[in-house]
Amino acid sequence: MSHVKLLTMEGISKSFGKAVVALDDVRFELEKGEIHALLGENGAGKSTLIKVLTGVEERDEGEVELEGEKIHPRSTNEAQQIGISTVYQEVNLCPNLSVAENIYIGRAPRQKFGGIDWARMNKDAEELLGRFDLKLDVTKSLDNYSVAIQQMVAIARASDIKARVLILDEPTSSLSNVEVDKLFSIMKRLRQEGMGIIFVTHFLDQVYEVTDRITVLRNGRYIGTYKTSELTRMELVSKMIGKDYASLNKSLQESREEKKETKAGNVFINMKKVSHQGSINDMDLTISRGEVLGLSGLLGSGRSETARVLFGIDQVTGGELEINGEKVHLKHPLDAIKKDLAFCPENRKTEGIIGDLSIRDNIALALQAKKGLFKKISKKEAQKIADEYIKKLEIKTPSADQLIKNLSGGNQQKVILARWLATNPQLLMLDEPTRGIDIGTKAEIQKIVIDLAAQGMAVLFISSELDEELRCCKRIVVLKDMERAGEVAGDEISEGAVMQIMAGGEAS
Amino acid sequence: MKKRLSKLSGSQAFWPVMIFLAIILFNTIMTRGEFLTISIVDGHFYGRIIDIFRNGGKLMILAAGMTMVLATGGTDISVGSVMAISGAIACSIINGNLLPGLGGNVAMAIILAILAGVTCGLWNGFLVSQIKIQPIVATMILLVAGRGIAQLITNGKIITINSDAYYFINGGYILGLPFPLYIVLFLVGLLLLFVQKTAFGLFLESIGCNPLASKFAGIKVNKFLLAIYTISGAFASVAGLIESAGIKGADCNNAGLNIELDAILAVAIGGTNLMGGRFSIFSSVIGALIVQSITTTVLALGVPAAYIRVLKAVLIIVICLAQSSKFKVSLGKIFVGKRGRKEAVAL
Repeated sequence: MSHVKLLTMEGISKSFGKAVVALDDVRFELEKGEIHALLGENGAGKSTLIKVLTGVEERDEGEVELEGEKIHPRSTNEAQQIGISTVYQEVNLCPNLSVAENIYIGRAPRQKFGGIDWARMNKDAEELLGRFDLKLDVTKSLDNYSVAIQQMVAIARASDIKARVLILDEPTSSLSNVEVDKLFSIMKRLRQEGMGIIFVTHFLDQVYEVTDRITVLRNGRYIGTYKTSELTRMELVSKMIGKDYASLNKSLQESREEKKETKAGNVFINMKKVSHQGSINDMDLTISRGEVLGLSGLLGSGRSETARVLFGIDQVTGGELEINGEKVHLKHPLDAIKKDLAFCPENRKTEGIIGDLSIRDNIALALQAKKGLFKKISKKEAQKIADEYIKKLEIKTPSADQLIKNLSGGNQQKVILARWLATNPQLLMLDEPTRGIDIGTKAEIQKIVIDLAAQGMAVLFISSELDEELRCCKRIVVLKDMERAGEVAGDEISEGAVMQIMAGGEAS
Repeated sequence: MKKRLSKLSGSQAFWPVMIFLAIILFNTIMTRGEFLTISIVDGHFYGRIIDIFRNGGKLMILAAGMTMVLATGGTDISVGSVMAISGAIACSIINGNLLPGLGGNVAMAIILAILAGVTCGLWNGFLVSQIKIQPIVATMILLVAGRGIAQLITNGKIITINSDAYYFINGGYILGLPFPLYIVLFLVGLLLLFVQKTAFGLFLESIGCNPLASKFAGIKVNKFLLAIYTISGAFASVAGLIESAGIKGADCNNAGLNIELDAILAVAIGGTNLMGGRFSIFSSVIGALIVQSITTTVLALGVPAAYIRVLKAVLIIVICLAQSSKFKVSLGKIFVGKRGRKEAVAL
């Protein structure tokens, strides 16, 4: 490798208001022909650093140099023009335009009289995608293709704009393994061409597979830059979370040991051949007090849909639902809440948090709804509840007055968890509770779940990460094609057993 | 003390109150104090300030109702037409054209007019919450149809009535102060009390910020929307009564014409987020006073009435700029300049 400095960021600071310091004297350095991982927990300052670099946010202090030249982009457009391109986690292309249009939007090749040279544009687009081994009909609109393909198109677009620096902000979270491999081969090729790539991700495996160096941030501070080959996973994780991962894992282990001893209590939820048109079919499911029941299956298999029916969001169209031995008809989430059910939905942003409200209000909300409009929880009481859970769940915030949208994803999730725990539920349903959350917080949340079950709560745990389910659950029900496909429990639980059922092996 | 001051200036009502006081101060200086004089005739207070409060009554009531609608992220542009309907019903009953069996009973006329407002609000709420029509379109239906309905009630004529009891709604005095002020105090006070004593405010802000998450947290969003549009309709009908009592009759073409825009303006001046979320009914009421005081200012200064709209436009621009955080930042940069910046760093 050439070791030519491409980008240096020095002494970068950025704060939002007085209370929130997002970046404090952060350094970052990128070489030509390098894939450099930018790692840190949620709230470490990765995204803010990227935003400063791409001109979305203006830095308060610090210098940025690109190939020895001081730069100060004030918009993503400006950043792109000087050669810094970004591909975000959520694809930000126009799904209604054609693939070629998306790639060349704003810089389409022109004919003599100013009209767009469509033929050339389509040809160029095909050629460009060909470099990435993608054969698409570039005249078709983008929404004809999967999210993965869209992501590739975004990367193709970004890498084509005379990019010197390519930023990939969690590009793999929606990709399958095969697609990730493809992406990596593209990244490696771009690296060979001398491009510097900044790679932000939560997946440590990928860090070790593809990156050359790692820079770790924590709480807005620079922790260090390391050669990937010289840093063990344990060391890396400890640097990211600022505490010894081994000890954290140990306490989780202990919780699990305890879990083994506690026996499941009596049945709390009993679904008898419950259906909801188009989402679940003839579902038989029981959840007992004191157990963490895992619900596994591929996307669209009916995992989240089962929880939605249980919580009264979708109505039962067939079969019977019993809660605590009593036949019920849930027409609205409030009906479920009154039966002591609680549900942390999958989409934290759209279905969970009330962004512009304080942490205190967010926590009090469900309890207030349960109590009704007229039994107002006083500000003092709400403050007390909020303080209690901020302490108990270790929510990182200056105070309960902070707006929830200013918190990191992991802390937002803890607030939503606090909202439901405040209602004192008997069944807690968690849909992807640790998605997009750093491993430190992940382990904390898993521990909380196991502890709650040990105290007698029934928990329904939905996760697309199998090892997480294996770690938390004593019993896993596997769904397939909107139906129950099988169940594994106790000592039979293993990744292989669950996958076999998922893939259509024999149901037990 | 300093802390208390900063808490005060941080509250949503701070700037609206300041703007209102500034307008009054401006007028007082321009009219060499005449603006502030309050005379007592027959035990009634008269003066420009009293005028603002009396004539602004309708707008204050509408703004209070509109605040809640806007806080849900919706809007209600039908309030002017609802005012026309309510005035038409009340006046038609009093002069015996409608329901002659009631014998022109003023109390019944008022009750039925308000019931009509409630019905209009229910209709709007039904369209928005059940049929899921966009609020601006849903309430546009009544905006257009409402005046037609009012004209059907009055047979397309301007009705004049003769009823001292009805005139009292706008022209009456209690303890020297105009009666509309008491209506405002009652309705706004009731609303503020409701917000204060129940979880209404929390639910409303929650729905305005994120209706889906609110539903998932157990709030019955649809019922809530229905109730809020209904309150807005009821408040509009009261405003309609004040208006028609003021002109001593019902003019379906002009009653409450374009007043929905003034009401929305008042809420915006009050600093409530028109996209939904944080709201303050008190600030909106002050906002309504500001809008009203502009009209009074123009009249007090002897400026042709045609300028009122232009002045309002200028004020909207100023207020929007004052509330834009981006503008404040760039303004700060101009004033502080490079030298000041260095000092700030040194500090």
